Amino acid sequence: MARAVFAFLAGGLFGAGLLISGMTDTTKVQGWLDVFGDWDPTLAFVLGGAILPMAVAWLVAARRRAPTLGGAFPPAPEPRLGHNLVVGSVLFGAGWGLVGLCPGPAIASITWGGLGGLVFLVAMVVGMLVAPGVRTGIDRLAAA
Amino acid sequence: MIEQDWIWGFAGGLMIGGAAALFLLVNGRIMGASGILGGLVDRSGWGNAAERLAFLAGLVLVPGALALALWPGVSTHITPNMAAVVAAGLLVGIGTRLANGCTSGHGVCGISRLSLRGIVATVFYLLAGGLSVVLFKHLLGVI
Repeated sequence: MARAVFAFLAGGLFGAGLLISGMTDTTKVQGWLDVFGDWDPTLAFVLGGAILPMAVAWLVAARRRAPTLGGAFPPAPEPRLGHNLVVGSVLFGAGWGLVGLCPGPAIASITWGGLGGLVFLVAMVVGMLVAPGVRTGIDRLAAA
Repeated sequence: MIEQDWIWGFAGGLMIGGAAALFLLVNGRIMGASGILGGLVDRSGWGNAAERLAFLAGLVLVPGALALALWPGVSTHITPNMAAVVAAGLLVGIGTRLANGCTSGHGVCGISRLSLRGIVATVFYLLAGGLSVVLFKHLLGVI
């Protein structure tokens, strides 16, 4: 139960931050990605502001044996990059630029995002469902 | 950019990072939106489904209540071009699962621990995002 309560609090704080920062406003996101047009630097402050407390959290985690509610901290990041990391990030970035929503803000804005927001979320879930098949295809191509 | 936008951006960013710090130090989890949802979608994360569902409930309900109470007329300003919305949703869903992370997982949680995978992913999705805006906004004019 405590795990669910703190997960709810983390999700809520994340969502409130996304709303306040402008990440749920597709025009602000596209304005930041639009380095060749009328560039809006706001999102650099969002990313910088988010990385600061998280960098401290990783340092704290390194000095502690276990998370407060037990279990284990995540393992060290996988050092191998792999083609799926690059191909996936390029596909994700292309979609992010096209409409201006990434997964967190797409979920957070669902109550006020209207039909467009709902259609985006459904398409994103369908994409997640077909992703394993796409991965198999890409792995075959890479091995060929 | 309006003058105070960067202050709101920075304040919101601190909240996003604070949420990620809470989720790591208390629950021992990495706060990645695509992974938390994706694990429910493809059943790989059903072992801790309650924790994932609680996170998503907070992610929907808290900003929803804030917007309702304090911000009438809030809008995502999403494009009315539904073909673009469907294509973008598919790309984001497939891409984040292939890359095993999105802006929150790779960008916030990965870069802050100097993960090479997080840094490389962020470089590629930012480059692709910039090129996508150039292509669809300035060259094709569909958004």
